[in-house]
This record gives sequence, structure tokens and C-alpha cells, in this order.
Amino acid sequence: MNTWKRLWRHGAVRGGVLVLAALTIVGALAPWLGTFDPSAMDASFISVPAGTAGRVTLLDGSQIDHTFWMGSDSVGRDIWSRVLYGTRISLVVGVFTAGLAVVIGCTCGLLAGYFRTADALLMRIMDGMMAIPAVLVAITLVAVLGASLSTVILAIAVPEVPRVTRLVRSLVISLREESFVEAARALATRNIVILWRDILPNAAAPLIVQGTFIAASAVLTEAILSFLGLGLPADVPTWGNIMAEGRVAFSQAPGNVLFPALFLVPTILAVNLLGDGLRDVLDPKFAKRA
Amino acid sequence: MPHVAGDASRLVAPVLDVRGLQVALPGDADRSHAIERMDLRIDQGRTLCIVGESGSGKSVLATTVMGLLAQGLSITSGEVHLKGEIILGGGQYVPERRLRALRGRAMGMVFQEPMTALNPVLTCGEQVDELLRTHTNADSAQREAQILEVFERVRLPDPARIFASYPHQLSGGQRQRIVIAMAIILKPRLLICDEPTTALDVTTQAEILKLIAELRAEQGSAVLFITHDMGVVAEIADEVLVMHRGKVVEQGSREQVLHRPREEYTRMLLAAVPGMVPPPPRELPGGSALLSARRVGKTYVRRDWLGRAHRSAALHDASLSVRPGETVGIVGESGSGKSTFARCMLRLIEPTEGVITWGDSEVQSLPERRLRALRSHVQVVFQDPNRSLNPRRTVGSSLVEGAINFGMTAAKARELAETLMDRIRLPRAALERYPHQFSGGQRQRLAIARAVACQPRVLVADEAVSALDVSVQAQILDLLREIQRDLGLGILFITHDLRVAAQLCDRVIVMNRGQVVEEGPTAQVFSRPAHPYTQRLLAAAPGADVGVVAAVA
Amino acid sequence: MMLSFLGKRLIATVPVVLVVAVAVFTIVRLTPGDPAAIIGGNGATSEDLDRIRVQLGLDKPLLTQFLLWAGQVLQGDLGFSYYLNKPVVELIGQRVGPTLSLACGTLILAIIIALPLGTVAAWRMGGLVDKAVMAFSVAGFSVPVFVIGYVLIYLAALKLQWFPVQGYRRLSEGAWLWARHLVLPCLTLAVTYVALLARVTRAAVSEALTEDYIRTARAKGIGEKAVLTHHALRNAAVPVVTVIGVSAALLLGGVVVTETVYAIPGLGQLTVDAVLNRDFPVLQGVVLFFAMIYVVVNLLVDFAYLILDPRIRY
Repeated sequence: MNTWKRLWRHGAVRGGVLVLAALTIVGALAPWLGTFDPSAMDASFISVPAGTAGRVTLLDGSQIDHTFWMGSDSVGRDIWSRVLYGTRISLVVGVFTAGLAVVIGCTCGLLAGYFRTADALLMRIMDGMMAIPAVLVAITLVAVLGASLSTVILAIAVPEVPRVTRLVRSLVISLREESFVEAARALATRNIVILWRDILPNAAAPLIVQGTFIAASAVLTEAILSFLGLGLPADVPTWGNIMAEGRVAFSQAPGNVLFPALFLVPTILAVNLLGDGLRDVLDPKFAKRA
Repeated sequence: MPHVAGDASRLVAPVLDVRGLQVALPGDADRSHAIERMDLRIDQGRTLCIVGESGSGKSVLATTVMGLLAQGLSITSGEVHLKGEIILGGGQYVPERRLRALRGRAMGMVFQEPMTALNPVLTCGEQVDELLRTHTNADSAQREAQILEVFERVRLPDPARIFASYPHQLSGGQRQRIVIAMAIILKPRLLICDEPTTALDVTTQAEILKLIAELRAEQGSAVLFITHDMGVVAEIADEVLVMHRGKVVEQGSREQVLHRPREEYTRMLLAAVPGMVPPPPRELPGGSALLSARRVGKTYVRRDWLGRAHRSAALHDASLSVRPGETVGIVGESGSGKSTFARCMLRLIEPTEGVITWGDSEVQSLPERRLRALRSHVQVVFQDPNRSLNPRRTVGSSLVEGAINFGMTAAKARELAETLMDRIRLPRAALERYPHQFSGGQRQRLAIARAVACQPRVLVADEAVSALDVSVQAQILDLLREIQRDLGLGILFITHDLRVAAQLCDRVIVMNRGQVVEEGPTAQVFSRPAHPYTQRLLAAAPGADVGVVAAVA
Repeated sequence: MMLSFLGKRLIATVPVVLVVAVAVFTIVRLTPGDPAAIIGGNGATSEDLDRIRVQLGLDKPLLTQFLLWAGQVLQGDLGFSYYLNKPVVELIGQRVGPTLSLACGTLILAIIIALPLGTVAAWRMGGLVDKAVMAFSVAGFSVPVFVIGYVLIYLAALKLQWFPVQGYRRLSEGAWLWARHLVLPCLTLAVTYVALLARVTRAAVSEALTEDYIRTARAKGIGEKAVLTHHALRNAAVPVVTVIGVSAALLLGGVVVTETVYAIPGLGQLTVDAVLNRDFPVLQGVVLFFAMIYVVVNLLVDFAYLILDPRIRY
């Protein structure tokens, strides 16, 4: 059966894709979904409860009618707007971190698996990196490189590289011993061709699964970094930043922390479910047919 | 049709009585039933061999009797009686408690893979002890004594040491003896053996078969022996039952089934078994050696954590040569070094000593770059047809891979692929299909075509028929002979199967522990083996009276 | 054999430690700006800066600096925090207690919950427990630690008032008080860890149950419970213990966040404050310390292999 069809049949894949599609639409259409400038502060609407409606003054002086669906934070910013715009950042972070980690990890893994000298060097480095908690690596890199979207993506991607490298490396090593790879050598096929044509396609499925899980972890880590105040600058509307800002007055206004969580958790959940579903369908160990 | 064996047993209930057994397969399988309408009986002290090819359902019978059916299989009808007691009737087993009480006590089972049959984290003694604790009330000293005694009976050296050893410290043959010990320690009436010697070397196999026969005689148990090897059947069976795709094709006494088979399928099966007596030598075109090896050796160096070097010689001082039109066989058991030798000659690994020549060029230490251009001279067919073709490429593109590497244009390659498909008797349209859409035998034919596409002078077949059913094996061997005749190829055939070597090879080399112990024309080596190891090897081959001598081409 | 295994494992830790040390050392050097000013941080005076320059030999070649620094570390000197005006080692010493309490408490809690759950899930695959475990493990991995923390605080502390909202009490102030303050934090952190461990246990046990020796065991007529515990679990122990070791880094990372949520004065708080205050010596020291813990934990795991897997012993 066609792989696409099999994928779509799987409940977790369908659910994950649908949720992510919805989030992408929300993020793309954010300006038109009852929001205004997420960094605009109106001092007359500080910490209002959810549902408050009123007339808001924007940065350029114009005024609009607006309902604070999720209330406002302690400096008068609309949480609904910030949450919706935050969708964009989370999705971008997820996708690009996963992409970066997979590309770097895959290259290292291929080299380590096929060439023994590269193996010794690369794996020692990877082992060392795995010894430091990922959060700390990310924190340190952001501290050193400064806090911008690209540095945050890099900082979160770097600790994920060792796991991808190990995965690809073990795949290459086991594939290297396969009969059809030996046969290719006997047929005088060059190493590069073997890597590209025989080994890489067999690694594609586990890599896709792993990449999905990395994306989920990236969104999570970005939220943690922002929450600790160590991620993107506080005025940038990421879900973690919103929650960090809201934690000060948590007992009085728990909504400021819980509303962004309402978007954050399903996002990560959807990506994780997608990864689970992809693994069920694509990973031969779990497939019913050999 | 129940077969009566001996007058006395008419009065005693058979040990195993199966009536009308039907086992259904899950919906997505290629047929509806694993076993259809099977009747059999085994009397006390008799051995019934169930013989069939892969997929015949013979293993399912064993698990059905034990009540250990795999998930997805279900009993649709039939009865199984053990010593007169019904354990399966009307599609239902007796309660699990009763079955558990019978397992190990009234019926024992020996499985195919000795390397994985034992729990790696428990000592051997403990694993047998567990069985005794479950079924008897003996105290620990008594149990230990019983275990040591049974270890002696299965001829394990130094039973006390084995008692305290872990499975990974023992060889395959020793592990199988322990499994047998567990199966017979409580003197069960029925012993079920599911291909117990298939994964063992032929010399070990001979010992295990002898052991089983002895134990059967000693205890008077009935033996249900499942195998695909006609030689084994000839060696140990009293009665034989032939299965094909779940159906009972024929059953009767050993004498009748093996020498006067009634059914077409049985006859076909027997005709496909190569005989142990080589055919008369044939005329060879002669000429200089296409492939030769002189005093080749391969030593592996392993460094431990202190940096000390541990050397082990997988291959030492091995020589051979292959001339045009000639088939040379390398025969040996596992660990003999034959695969290492083959890989050295194919330059898939680099030998540490010796000279290897392909045609006129010395290749033992050529760098890979220079080697590539010469690779068309020698090509290989591997053992596992399921894994030697890239599952993600069409068969057509795999076939011509080598030819294109050696400079053929895509158009010519396409023509070549079609010609090859004709030669291996597969439809041309099949070039667009993927390997998993073919059977094992077809895949092996494709692998041969792929090798031939490079227009080699020598073909190396590394256990190329070992993973195939005997009927398919015969077809592949015929194909190899045909190709050799048409192209004047030299063939180097590596195998552990003495029968195949006897029928296919002009000359044969016997290897043991990395060294060549004997070589010569096949007829001579088989009829007058000089080296003691060769003599042992030939003596161990089961069922010498079965098998067909190949007609000389 | 046993000695060679241990020897090999010990020697294998050296390159790991080396890589971590090099990474930690280079991070500060990578930061743009005057290294002395960076190391000195916000609290350093210009005399301090001069002293730092001499002490660290910032004028000498990089390799010499590294060796000097490495030498200091090996002697137990992890640097000096100019911001907090104390040696880093002392700061770590003060904060280690809470962090280790939290980490160990979580680990024990997670093992007690996850291992039985995972085993039962594998035993009755497709059953109720199995589905629950799988659902929980996906969920547990998808909710950030601090969200769980706040939800728990909201429910258990604010609404039900069973546990204190935040804070930490040392063991010396009374075991009951100490434990009570640890309950919510450990539970919070354990959610993620249980999710991971239960899943791994389930996979390992179900893998073990497909092995040939299980069939042999059943053919001997022993009961299902014995098959599960005596055979499957004993073999599944090795991969499970492996994951416990490798995910020690995950646990330590989670500790950092949990301490922030619950205002526990441990190493996590120290780290976050160090980053916010650009106190690099402290950051270096803590990262090095955490890496050391990871190395030690994994060595313990290797020792555990010796006990669990006879193939390594002999």
C-alpha cells in the first residue's frame, strides 16, 4: 500500500497533522483574528481579567475597540494577541531547530559510521556533549551568543545533535554489514554512491521520526528558556515569555500562565503524537509486514 | 490413515494421537489454514519424522501439541490425545493449569535455535532446577543430584562446571544438549523436536541425533521429529509424514516413503535431494587459472584496554585455483575459515599474507581505487536472497548496476537486463518490480543474473543455496550448471552441505579451523578421504542412502 | 574480564571529561569582549580585573591557559565569583543539598512508579494499563515541567492547601518538614521521568517476551508470573538501567527548571542567577559539576551491568 495512504490512516498522524495545520493557519492569519500589535502597551488596561472589552490606544495613537479574550498582562499588553503571534515563533523554532539538528547530526553520523578515523573523534565529542544537560548547553549558548531568534534556534539544536548522530551512525554501521551493501562493493560501486543511494534512504524513516521528536522538544525547550528569562527578549511574544511574565502574579491571575499553556501543551502533544504515528508506520520494527 | 507399528502397540494407546486437526491462519496470510485435516499417531518407542519445506506448517504442529500456539493462529477443529488423555478437543484446550502440569513432565520440547533458547542471565543449572521445582517436591540437594545425573546422560563434559556456567560460555552443541536435558529429565512420554539440529554443524548434528536415539531407546518415549532434511529422516525415522502447504501429502513407514513413494510431491522432494556419491568426473576445457590463491592468511588483531594485542588467525596458509569451466568447492563447518577465504579472494577484506591473482593481476594488496576496474573479473552470489538485493531499488536497476559501473551505456544495459531475465526464466516486465515481490528462489536467480551481467570469468557462490528449500535449491544448481556451460565460467562454491558439494563440484577443498586439511577431485575425496577430519565429516553426514546422483551434463 | 571491563569504562570517561572541560573553557573565551571583564562580571573593580588577568595568565597562549585552568580544577579550585564574592566551590557546596534531594527523590519516585507500570503494560499489551501508560507517556513528555508545576501548585497548594506553595527546608530542620516541601517538586519533575521510564520499561519487557528463551520457559510448564519476573524482567533490566543512566542529564536539566518554579535554593537557581548576572565563573563551575555527576552516574550504571549481565562478567 502507498506509504502516504498508510500514514493518513493512522489516528495519531491524522490528529497531529490536523492540529498543526490549524496552528499554522492561526499563526499565519494572526493579524486578522481579533488581535492588535502584541507589543503595544495600554496602561489603562493593566491586568484586566479575561473577557474585558474596551477601547485601546495603540502606539501610534489610533484607537480600536477590542475584547481582551484572555485578559491582559501587568504592563497592559493583550494576552490573546501575544499568544496568537507566539504561535508563529513556536512553529518556526520547532521546524528550524529540527531541520538544523537533523542535517548536522546526519552528516556527522554518516561520516562517523563509514570512516573509522572520523568515528573516534566525532563520537568522543558527542559523548562529551551528552554529559551536559541540554538545558544548560542552550542557556550557555544563548548567554554567550546573545538572544535572537537564530541564536536560540542554534542553541537548542546543538544539544540535540549527539542523539541524531548516534542514531545515524548505528544505522550506517548496521547497514554497512548488509548483503546488498557488500554486493554493491563487489560490483565496484563507489563509497559515496553507496552512502547516498543505499544507506541514506534506509535511514530516512528513523530520521524523520527523530526529527519530529526534536521539533517537539525544541518548542518545549524554547518555552523553558523564555520562562527562565534566558531566551528571547521579554517583549517578544513567545508563549514562554508570556508565562514568565505572568508568574509573578500567579496566585491572583493564574490565567496569565494557564492560557498560553493551553496553546503550548497541545502543540507539543500534537508533534509528539505525530512522531509516534510516523514511527508506527515507517519504522520496520513496528510494521506488521516485514 | 493411522499406521499400526508392531503388534504389541495395538493394545496400548498411542503416546500421541492427533485426529482431524485444523489450525487457521490470521486473515492476511497467503492461505487459510496452517494445518488442514491432519491425522497422526506415534506409539511408544517410535520416531515419527514430519518432513516438509518452509511454510508447510510443520512447526505449527509442534506448538499446537504443546499448547503454545503463536498469536493469531486458532484451532478450528480436531482433537489431540496425549497418552490417552484428551488435551485438545472441540477447538478448546484443557485448562492452562493442566497443560502447564503436562509440559516438561509428560511432554518435552527441543527447539531449533540453541543459541537463543536459554536465558542468558541465569546459570544452566538454575534453569533446569526451575523445571524440577515446578514439577517435583524434591529438595535442593536431590534436585542438584538429578540435574548432574541428566547432564551426564546427555554427555556434557564436566557436569559440575556446566551446572554453574552461563549459556554464553558454552558452544551451540552444548547448549542444545542442555535443552535436551531439560526436555527429558522428567522422563516424558513424548519428546517433540522441532528442527533441533538445523542450526548445528554436521558433526555436532550427528552426535545430537545419536543422543536422541539413545534416550528414546532408554526411556521408551515417542519422538516427534520435525525436519526439512531428508538425510536426517533417513537416519532416524521409523515412520514418516510428508507435509506440503498445510496438507498431509503422504505418511507411512520409513522404508515405504523413502524408497517407494506414492505421491508426486514426495517423489519430487526426494529427487531434489543431492546424493552423497559424486558423479563420475567430467571433461574440462582446461587453460590457465582464472582465480588463484597462494598461501593466503588473515589474522585479526584485537587490542584490549591496556593496549595489548591479541591475535587470532581466521585463515592460515590456504591455497587453491579455479580453471575455466571448473567448479571448485570449499567445504567446512562454521568457524572453518571458508567464508574468510572467500572474502579474501573477492577482496572484500584484505588478507594479511599470501598472493591472490585474478587472471593475470595480483590483487591481494591493491588499493580499492585500482581494484574497482578489475572487479568485473570475479563476481559473487551471497547466501541470503532476502538481503542481497537493495529493497528500495527496482530489480532492473540492481541487475545492471555492475555493468554500468564497468562502462556500459544505459541503453545497452537495458537490453542486457532483458536478455538476462530471459535466461533466468523470469518475465521481462518483472524488471520494474521490487525484490519483496519475488520468492526466495527467484531472488537468488536475480542475484546470479546481476553477477553474470558484469561478464565475469569467475563466479563465487558463498553458501548460495543454503537458505533455500531443497526443491528450489535443485533449480538454482541447475541454473548455475547451465550458465557455466554457456559462458565457460569458473565457479568457486562455498558450502557446509556435503551433498551439494558432491554433486556440483569437480574438485573440493576441505577446511577446518582456518586451514586447508585436504583437497582433490571430488570423487576421490568422498570415496577415499585421507585426513581424519574429512573422514569424520563424511561419516557424520546423515542418511547416506538417500539422494540422487546428478546426471553428467 | 571483569577488570578489563571496568578498566575500559574508566578510561572511556577521560575523553568525555576532556571534551566537557574544553567546551566549558572555550565558552567564556568565545564571548565577545574582554575576557577579564567577563570573568570578573558586574561586580569586579579595575584592580580585580588586573588581578584576574595575571591569575588566569590571559596574556599567555591559549593552550597554557587551558592547562593552568585544568590544573586548578583538578586541585578543587573552580574559580571565584566576583559577583557573589565567594569561591565557586563554596557556592556549589551550599546549594548541592537541595538539588541532590530533589534529584534523588524524583529518581526513586519515578522508578517505583514507572517500572511496575511499564512491566504490566508490556505483559498485557493492548490492555487497559497499556493504553493508559502509552497515553500518559506521550502527555507527560508534552507538558513542560513548569506548567505541571504551576498546575500542581494551583491545585494542591492553593486550592487544597495540602502542601506549601514554595520553598525548601533543610534536612537539619526536621525530616518531616524537609519531605513535605519536596513532595510537589518531586512529583512535578517525576511526571516527565515516569513518562520516559514507563515507556522504555514497556519496550524492554515486551522485547524480552518475544525472545526464544521465553518459549523455552513456557515449554517447561512454569507459571506466567515466573516467566515475567524470573525471565523477562531480569533481561529487560539492562536496557532500562542504561536509559536511567543516559537520561540523568535530562533529570538534571529538569531540576534547574523545577527549582525556579518552587523557589528552591539549589544549583538550578544558582545557574539561572549566574546567567542573568553574567557571572561566568559560577556558570562554568556548575556546568562542570553537572557533567561530573553524569559521568559518575554512568559509571554506577556500568557497575550495575556487572551485576545484572553475566555476559560482561565472564
